[in-house]
Amino acid sequence: MDQTEERYPFYKTFNIEGGNFIHAGSISSQVKRILKEEGFPNNVIRRMSIATFEAEMNVICYARWGILTLLVFSDFIKVAVNDEGAGIHDVNQAMIEGFSTADEKIRELGFGAGMGLSNIKKVTDEMVLTSVVSQGTHLEFMVNVNPVRNSCEALNPAGINLKCNPATGGTAEQHGIISNGVKDGAGK
Amino acid sequence: MKVETLVKSLGLRVKAGNDQLHQEVTGGYAGDLLSDVIAHSARGNVWVTIQTHPNIVAVASMKELAAIILAGGREPDPETLKKAEEEGIPLLISLLPAFELVGRLYQAGVTGIVSC
Repeated sequence: MDQTEERYPFYKTFNIEGGNFIHAGSISSQVKRILKEEGFPNNVIRRMSIATFEAEMNVICYARWGILTLLVFSDFIKVAVNDEGAGIHDVNQAMIEGFSTADEKIRELGFGAGMGLSNIKKVTDEMVLTSVVSQGTHLEFMVNVNPVRNSCEALNPAGINLKCNPATGGTAEQHGIISNGVKDGAGK
Repeated sequence: MKVETLVKSLGLRVKAGNDQLHQEVTGGYAGDLLSDVIAHSARGNVWVTIQTHPNIVAVASMKELAAIILAGGREPDPETLKKAEEEGIPLLISLLPAFELVGRLYQAGVTGIVSC
């Protein structure tokens, strides 16, 4: 086994406190530092930092608390965010650039432009968003280290409970994992 | 063009990142909505904003911007200053309102995505 295989995968979790704007951005800074230390390409670090920042801000702006998990593999990076809060009524609507439910306080700070989720989608290779109103939201996204990768395997590297066979490839959408990058989990 | 050239020619006050003024300026972006700046600014840009809270440093650091210029003589929050020093982001103040400041920057040769 070479050194790369020994080091990866690893994960790290971060707690996010809703409404705490003072330390906003600290988790994405840490994620950026970790990926830099690991020597990932600059464009991968930049894309993951942007997506993580937006995800972190979403929890701070709209949820009571959340947990962000960074998973680092040798060939892709994934982030999963679970929060407890108001949830999202319509995840497809939330994905539309410019749509926002932010209050005045959030907007005064320069957030709530309705661009966060669409920014995440733009800079990542895969994104899944599910939410249950009055309970919380689950968001996950990943960025390939190499340009082309089997997204099915990337979303679930262990291949557990998936209909797809990672060895045969295919997109996540083909395998019913996501639809247009967004899956409406309301009511489930 | 370097950040220090703009500091001199536009009379900007340096509040943080004095040792990073040698950064090369690739262009400029103006905006107060952080997600908009994240989406549309480019590496090495100077960013004109009236936001003063610490998150502007997080955005500038993430996007590897050359400097933040606070328009209208706005003073950064103490936490913003601290963070800018930590992250090595030049934090500059102009007494000019944003519109005039962007005009002067353009005259000085700093263009946006579209250069006329």
